[in-house]
Amino acid sequence: MQSLAASAVIAEDEPLLAARLKATLAQLWPQLRIAAEVSHGAAAVERALALRPDIVFLDIRMPGMSGLEAAEALAEDWPEGAALPLIVFVTAYDQYALSAFEHAAVDYVLKPVDLDRLGVTCRRLQTTLQSREQPTPDLPPQLVASLGALRSALSRPEPTPVPRLKMIQASIGTTIHIVPLAEVLFFEAADKYINVVTARQAYVIRMPLRQLLQHLDPHEFWQIHRATVVRVEAIATAARDDTGKVALTLKGHPARLTASRLYAHLFKAM
Amino acid sequence: MSRSIRAECTTMLPSAMRRAAGPAARSAPYLGRALRSGVYGVIIGVAIALLRRQSVPDTIIYSVGIALLCWFFIDMGRRLVVAWLYPSRRAESAGTRPGWPGAGWMIAVVLVGSMLGFTGGSELGDLLTGGRSLYFFSKADPRDIIGDLMFVVVPAVVITYFFYSREVLAEREASAQAARRQAAESRLRLLEAQLEPHMFFNTLANLHVLIGVDPPRAQAMLDQLISFLRATLNGSRASEQPLSAEFARIRDYLSLMQVRMEDRLRIGFELPESLAAIPVPPLLLQPLVENSIKHGLEPSVTGGLIDVRASRDGAYLVLRVRDTGVGLGNETRTGTHFGLQQVRERLETLYGSNASLRLEPAGDDEGGTLAIIRLPAPGT
Repeated sequence: MQSLAASAVIAEDEPLLAARLKATLAQLWPQLRIAAEVSHGAAAVERALALRPDIVFLDIRMPGMSGLEAAEALAEDWPEGAALPLIVFVTAYDQYALSAFEHAAVDYVLKPVDLDRLGVTCRRLQTTLQSREQPTPDLPPQLVASLGALRSALSRPEPTPVPRLKMIQASIGTTIHIVPLAEVLFFEAADKYINVVTARQAYVIRMPLRQLLQHLDPHEFWQIHRATVVRVEAIATAARDDTGKVALTLKGHPARLTASRLYAHLFKAM
Repeated sequence: MSRSIRAECTTMLPSAMRRAAGPAARSAPYLGRALRSGVYGVIIGVAIALLRRQSVPDTIIYSVGIALLCWFFIDMGRRLVVAWLYPSRRAESAGTRPGWPGAGWMIAVVLVGSMLGFTGGSELGDLLTGGRSLYFFSKADPRDIIGDLMFVVVPAVVITYFFYSREVLAEREASAQAARRQAAESRLRLLEAQLEPHMFFNTLANLHVLIGVDPPRAQAMLDQLISFLRATLNGSRASEQPLSAEFARIRDYLSLMQVRMEDRLRIGFELPESLAAIPVPPLLLQPLVENSIKHGLEPSVTGGLIDVRASRDGAYLVLRVRDTGVGLGNETRTGTHFGLQQVRERLETLYGSNASLRLEPAGDDEGGTLAIIRLPAPGT
């Protein structure tokens, strides 16, 4: 078993814990090459896309982009035809998540890393890698389901119900524009900003997309990509391409949107 | 994690309990007052029979009938007056004690109610005993009228007042109990917040690694953890401590965080010697420092500085917690605002409007967040 050569990227923001994971892995699986060690989610995505490792260890809580968001970004941006790396989440304490992990197709490791437990994980990873003879073009369906379950398990329930947004206040120059939510066709996140697109005009607001999402009615707006949220009623057609992504056209707007493979399951004929 | 859920439960609890108690609780006081009125009727009846040397059973029948009817007319009268005066519940609670229409109205209600009760009760007594009582307006002697009235009106006034004060007392007791429960709950939540499991388990995981690779540093870290735990447990009990103790505690906490974050966390402290002994409520700064870590520096890829300083501004002690993190409104995890709310509540309870907590964007190039507490400090 130990002879299987593979490569991994470790994403962990706490240096001591990263060192411990690396040392334990070296002990359990000497042929596993650590291609990169990074300390935040965005770097994990970037390095993994560049190095194409077999395995990515992702700490759940990291600065900037969380481990879960990094996994979603990897699943969305991974090149077609190449096998997605196996993802192992690492967490010290996330009580809501543990049961989700138990049922998920992804593996997880608890900190402090336990030798025996990590051994089990390593054997499982090796078995999966060996049985994976050729790259699967489609995302493993369990991964899609697991990420969805984990996403909801890890988002803390709000202590008070979040008020639904009625209008967007966007500034253009020094003028504040009041944009009724009913006019918004879709939101597109770019870095720290969100493009708010109506049939006539686009506005920019400064807010993380996940914060905005809490204020939207999930039946009215669907997230179709980690950076895109669209009004369901504004969607005219949805066409799935052979990579598993879904191309959307809108009513009353020329934009073409793409639903990533993680959200492609939303579009099915009745 | 569980903090927010528990917070929800505790705020739901009282109203859920009220709902569960519902109709039974609303009718029980009326029944209780009726029964008590009956018992007082028996006592008054016995007293009158002995005084006037009349038949004890007959007098008791009259007296109980009168007492019950007096209760009925007074309690229902009170209810009608309240319903008529305050058609909406909100107006009612704004004026007087809910359910009580105020002294002037109550005197009228008691007088009218007790006379109706006396008349009705005497008729009822006649029916039951077959006797023919001479009630007051048919009596020739005005002294008898006044005598009879005294036996009805005076007890009615006294008993009504008694019922009223019992209600006031019960309410006071209930609100005192609620206050005690709230204090206990907030202590518990404070403690839970201090020992945030994620922080705790990550610290232990780091300690686990250090024991293997750097035992002396592991020991130092364990010492910090111990003093942090001790201060947290003591602090949740004590009512005040010197400012230097609060600073020492924060130093322990930040040292623990520094093991985890290494050079992503830089620390600055400034506590002038003259302010070290000023008493402050324990764990006052802790939530602010924790917020700086959790919402400011942890989400930041490059990390930054936390600077905690105390200064004096006339009769006020000014405490500043500043970080160079991602700044307000940019945090990746939305918190429950429990920490800030809890600091505000404690300041309000202890100092009223004399103390304040402000949270604002730090107004310089480095960005981040600045929290300022002002509280009155005895002069030196």
